[in-house]
Amino acid sequence: MSCCAAGTESAAELEALKSQAPSPEEMWLSSRALGDGLRQVDLIVPGVHCGACIALLEKELPKTPGIDHARVNLSTRRVSVVFDGSDDAGRREATLTALGEKLNSLGYPAHLPGGADESADPVMRELLKALAVAGFASMNVMLLSVSVWSGAEAATRDLFHWISALIAAPALVYSGRIFFTSAWGALRHGRANMDVPISLGVILAYGISLHETITHGEHAYFDASVTLLFFLLAGRTLDHMMREKARSAVRNLVRLSPRGAMVIRDDGSREYLSLDEIEPGMRLAIAPGDRLPVDGRIVSGRSDMDFAVVNGESAPQLVEAGSLAPAGTLNLTGPLVLEATRSAQNSFLAEMVSMMEAAESGRAGYRRIADRASAIYAPAVHLLALGTFIGWMVVSGDWRTAMLTAVAVLIITCPCALGLAVPVVQVIAAGRLFENGIMVKDGSAMERMAQADHVIFDKTGTLTQGKPQLINSATVTADHLAIAARIARASRHPLSRALANLDQPGRDLPDFEITEVPGDGVEAVSPDGTVYRLGRAAFALEGRADGIERAADASQVILSRNGQFLDIFLFSDQLRRGAAQAVARLAELGVDAEILSGDRETPVKALAAELGLAEYVAGVRPRGKVERVQALAAAGGKPLMVGDGLNDAPALSAAYVSMAPASAADVGRMASDFVFLHDSLEAVPLAIAVSRKAGSLIRQNFALAVIYNCVAVPAAVLGHATPLIAALAMSSSSILVVLNSLRLRRKTKVENFARSSAPDPVSPVAVAGTGVGASA
Amino acid sequence: MSNLVFLIPIALFLGALGLGAFLWSMKSGQYDDLDGAAWRVLDDGDDKPKPD
Repeated sequence: MSCCAAGTESAAELEALKSQAPSPEEMWLSSRALGDGLRQVDLIVPGVHCGACIALLEKELPKTPGIDHARVNLSTRRVSVVFDGSDDAGRREATLTALGEKLNSLGYPAHLPGGADESADPVMRELLKALAVAGFASMNVMLLSVSVWSGAEAATRDLFHWISALIAAPALVYSGRIFFTSAWGALRHGRANMDVPISLGVILAYGISLHETITHGEHAYFDASVTLLFFLLAGRTLDHMMREKARSAVRNLVRLSPRGAMVIRDDGSREYLSLDEIEPGMRLAIAPGDRLPVDGRIVSGRSDMDFAVVNGESAPQLVEAGSLAPAGTLNLTGPLVLEATRSAQNSFLAEMVSMMEAAESGRAGYRRIADRASAIYAPAVHLLALGTFIGWMVVSGDWRTAMLTAVAVLIITCPCALGLAVPVVQVIAAGRLFENGIMVKDGSAMERMAQADHVIFDKTGTLTQGKPQLINSATVTADHLAIAARIARASRHPLSRALANLDQPGRDLPDFEITEVPGDGVEAVSPDGTVYRLGRAAFALEGRADGIERAADASQVILSRNGQFLDIFLFSDQLRRGAAQAVARLAELGVDAEILSGDRETPVKALAAELGLAEYVAGVRPRGKVERVQALAAAGGKPLMVGDGLNDAPALSAAYVSMAPASAADVGRMASDFVFLHDSLEAVPLAIAVSRKAGSLIRQNFALAVIYNCVAVPAAVLGHATPLIAALAMSSSSILVVLNSLRLRRKTKVENFARSSAPDPVSPVAVAGTGVGASA
Repeated sequence: MSNLVFLIPIALFLGALGLGAFLWSMKSGQYDDLDGAAWRVLDDGDDKPKPD
């Protein structure tokens, strides 16, 4: 029933949603009390696209008993549901279960937001308020200044100067404190940043103008000081907006770690506890489809588990009583009882995070272009102003003239255009990447991306889809495929999922009675008593594995009827869309690429040959990946790491710049600078190309600002810069820089990535057979 | 000169009014959902087609 614009949501988001709906317990834990017995829960609903969606959700959700009202926020794709938060556990569970089902039946699957800091962004509000105040002050002061410049008589001029001083003072204190605190912080540590010349210029301009006003002078720079603040705040706000947009988009992706788990007490009673209340020794019930909240040992049960977040490999592994499993892994087929061996703070996930922090050195030494420029610029400007002051003192001996000229120099050179040069370009570049489904964490990431000279790809889940696909559909009988696909719909096993995708709903098949045997396969009994089995050879053929040809490099599933062999289905992992094109584009850009995988040598070598990559390293552990990245950096390279698994996370944070697909583990997404939402790997070369283009525009903007200074500064030093000229020069240079940056926008189009609907030119790669899963 | 006495306060008052309106609208959450507001205005809460 989802109404419009289908396909705008990413494949990764939808895929994740299919498997995970928040449980009533999780919703309850994340809800907050509003008073009057009402509670509110915020859910992310990626399927909301237009007015009809809003109207439908807001009208239909309150029809569920216990739900008071719902409010949709279309910008953030969220719905806030206010419900009756009575203490009766049964009733609230019924309400929340009904809410989840209602959302699913309406066609808007929902999930819970990620981190804890979900409130509105306070920094953005501060910046906007400061910008509004500076805008108000600069408009009014400029209005008065224009009449002064037009030749107001002395008495009126003095009056206008006084009014300007009164308007500018509170504006400087309120809007300027953002720059003053930052400049003070830099000075205290013996450094100079862009905010030092800004603060100094603004304060000195105000001070000398006030002195002029008191002594009935002719020239006052009140307008220059507030307009300067306004322009610079605009740049800063843009910079912040870009970062915030990417951050909230990343937050909206599905989390991998659950909020809590069902604990089985010694007396057999069950209770849902939040994550930090779970202690070692507790026994937890893990249903199929749940992720493990903590590291643990399986006490009873048998199931297939997806260890992709740990080793990056897609083929599930069989677990039985006694097996150890780390937090974050996904239980696929059978119910399990788990004994927690470590608390959440000490889990495998937490260990990875600490390893990442230790590795965080790749970008620590990086200084933003703007900071590097101001390190040269600020001292030069200050020396120039000081030189002007001394020069005029020597020549004229009048400290007032000398001071006015020095202030004029400071204002003219004040890095107004420089303050806009970087953020405007980066916001436009980030917007262009965003349209192509790539999110940038911050501006420095883009600057680093432009310098990347070596790309390291992880294999499973990054170069490949990490999902098995049927490769022998041409040789299997169509009828057998139809039966297998129908049976496979009942299972969560990845191979079954791949088969179930081929199911045709309209097809006339008997109503099977399906039972899943965890770890083995699925059994289906048709009304006439025929028994079909789908799964491992030993299970499907009841131990008689005769006459089955074995494919060494692919996972297989066998379909049998009453124990007789019917057909064999072979699966292997497929290349991610656009992988070959991406590697070719990278070569065009002059960037080498290599594969760094935890998988065995043979499949990695095959994949490298397929993509035409000379370099590959197979069988590396997470620490080995970090060491490889650090070795490249030590050799003077600037490595870009592209990876998705939890095992890649330390390498992602060690690399100079990093990128992850949206399907990556939470920790990996947090560690990387860029996240791409669409399937295609062509996002990687596009991100590099756009970042390089942005880098060259930033340098052009700096060049423009320097040329403008070369013309304006001599005039200012010689004392020809009146407040009118200063105001004109300042505004025109800012406009010039913004217009130049907009050239990046002109070429904006959604890049034509290779479409999945087009016949896939890439042959299946033999990479999936990691020896486990459903292979017999 | 005399007309400035009331013209300038009027100009400042109007400017301050605009600033106040902006700060108020931001505080009351008017900018929280810009995309949604554009669609809500089209929904009159009546799903039936208009009778001729």
